[in-house]
Amino acid sequence: MALPVYASPLERLWYYTYRVICALIFLFLIAPILIVIPLSFNIEPYFTFTEKMLALDPTGYSLRWYDTLLTFGMANPEAPRTTAWWVDVWNNAAWVRAAKNSVIIGVSSTLVATVLGTVAALGLSRPEMPFRRAIMAVLISPMIVPIIITATGLFFFYSSTGLAGSYPGIILAHATLGIPFVIITVTATLIGFDRSLTRAAASLGASPTTTFFKVTMPLILPGVISGALFAFVTSFDEVVVVLFVAAHDQQTIPRQMWNGIREQISPAILSVATILVIVSVALLATVEILRRRSERLRGVTG
Amino acid sequence: MADATADLAAEPTGRLTTADGRPLKTALARAQARARRRAFLLVLPLLLFILVTFIVPIGQMLHRSIHNDGFSANMPLLSQWFARTEPGTAPDEAAYAALAADLQAAAKAKTVGVVGTRVNYEMPGTRSLFTSTGRKARGFEPPYREAILQADPKWADPTLWGTMRQVSQAYSPNFFLAAVDLARDNEGNIVQAPPERRVYLMLFQRTFLIAGLITVLCLLLGFPVAHLLATLPLRASNLLMILVLLPFWTSLLVRTTSWIVLLQGQGVVNNTLVATGLITDQNRMQMIYNQTGTIIAMTHILLPFMILPLYSVMRPIPPTYVRAARSLGASSWTAFRRVYLPQTLPGIGAGALLVFILGVGYYITPALVGGASGQLISNLIAFHMQDSLNWSLAAALAAVLLGLVLILYWLYDRLVGIDNLKLG
Repeated sequence: MALPVYASPLERLWYYTYRVICALIFLFLIAPILIVIPLSFNIEPYFTFTEKMLALDPTGYSLRWYDTLLTFGMANPEAPRTTAWWVDVWNNAAWVRAAKNSVIIGVSSTLVATVLGTVAALGLSRPEMPFRRAIMAVLISPMIVPIIITATGLFFFYSSTGLAGSYPGIILAHATLGIPFVIITVTATLIGFDRSLTRAAASLGASPTTTFFKVTMPLILPGVISGALFAFVTSFDEVVVVLFVAAHDQQTIPRQMWNGIREQISPAILSVATILVIVSVALLATVEILRRRSERLRGVTG
Repeated sequence: MADATADLAAEPTGRLTTADGRPLKTALARAQARARRRAFLLVLPLLLFILVTFIVPIGQMLHRSIHNDGFSANMPLLSQWFARTEPGTAPDEAAYAALAADLQAAAKAKTVGVVGTRVNYEMPGTRSLFTSTGRKARGFEPPYREAILQADPKWADPTLWGTMRQVSQAYSPNFFLAAVDLARDNEGNIVQAPPERRVYLMLFQRTFLIAGLITVLCLLLGFPVAHLLATLPLRASNLLMILVLLPFWTSLLVRTTSWIVLLQGQGVVNNTLVATGLITDQNRMQMIYNQTGTIIAMTHILLPFMILPLYSVMRPIPPTYVRAARSLGASSWTAFRRVYLPQTLPGIGAGALLVFILGVGYYITPALVGGASGQLISNLIAFHMQDSLNWSLAAALAAVLLGLVLILYWLYDRLVGIDNLKLG
């Protein structure tokens, strides 16, 4: 939107003011995420920039909080850093164990959500689907219903079925929370799907299974992967259900962060936050690349 | 076309048939039914999954909100006496005998605490009465009335007997009444709860006010940004879009932590303001652990949910419309107000409803940065689930919240359509 030649001085003034306002809003969006990165290298246990940091003095910065992530919870953190020390980290360090739990739960629930969600999205995008709107509303509802209500319901359900405090319980719950994202992204990809391609495959003698894996799947794959990443992030960031239904020793990264923020907030939280920001940048980049690829595949322009 | 149908209608009866002789209408209906069944079968596994992991648990929660057998299951004889007699009947010797027998049994089964807790929900301060009398229950001998009243004279209180009559039924609307600040008196009439227990309506009101305020703030901040993104060339807007999507992909806890870091008393914002001399060291602003903190952090977290729907509506609006309005003599403000703004209304509706729905149910951010004044209804549900352990009241509050959210969700589906929900 270039400034038109006929703009009056007032409009010119507004044009630049408007850009400044937008820049400030972008700053509001992005600054809180970036601010944690330099602060996580603070040598002091404070949440603010020290004078040394502002002067860019290297002695004001350190990796001590990242080191805490490894040593916290270890059996023998003072030992020399040999292979045995790293084994100790892998087995005992609280954050490492939480990360392992988060990955196990995240990957399993993503698999469940993606497989079930993709198959359902295929059905939902067929024109013959009966009660499409109502079923869609039900399938999207885990995203809309407040998480505290879902967690409360699961708490009652799991305590009556014995799933409380078990991995399958958390995985099923997280899969449920991730499914709406898979449905939304995959149905969005299928909207532009050319149905004559599957008919062409069938007319050339391909069975429905072959058609799906050789024709449909490669075309919708970018959408499926985006949906899977959404589901993974949902699980990786979920704390309320874990607080309600997980056993005491089933720590995950968000739960550990939650405890850290509630009890004694230390800059170690900021180093975890920094790592998570880097992870989300990587995920976002992947999704962007997939989206462009999908648009190219489907011939969508502009 | 007419010839082709004539060919199909080779049957002497004149009906249209397929090659194998079936009427065309039935064959078509059968084929369509098969296609419908196939589509449905693809969705069925997920539907069953959601039914088991989501709908059934919520159903169980709703059941819990009207059902609590803490008293009736552990005090069977007294519950039977209540069922036999009219409401308002003064307790006779039979009632006291039933009470004594039940207390003895409950003391043996160690369930007196459960019973006391159940009565305590309706009438605070009675739990200790049950536990202390339960400890003495073994020594009770007829006449029971004298024995129990000797153990504790509070048992003569007619309000207590009225309350016990109410809780002697496993199914009761009491928790729902409590969730909207109502209660039942001794005669079973619905009255307002005592003033010190009237907190829930206030909290619902606060939740809706804060969610509304956040929606307005998101609209005010989101509209200019979405408009800029929609009018810039695609290459530039894709680049700037990353600034909107990155917060969307970043962990909620990370964003909440960042706001604590920024806004706390010794935080970045206050330090900057002190360093630049805008405020003095003594007058640091209290921006976190209160309503302000909740509103700022939630606005930041929900802003992408406003920008994305606005952007997807604004992008296809042709810029020629506004130019045409200008060429016909409209000022830039009039062109915006009369031509551009009305076209963005679907986006405003979609974004505002989505932000409001998500805001009403927020839990994590208010719990971490809300302090006392920034707590929302979700936080109270969590409090009753984890601390006061009044699960039925938590379930009733959750049911009320669920009802309100579902109404908004239905509205969203009617106005926007679930299919139009887009992520990035």
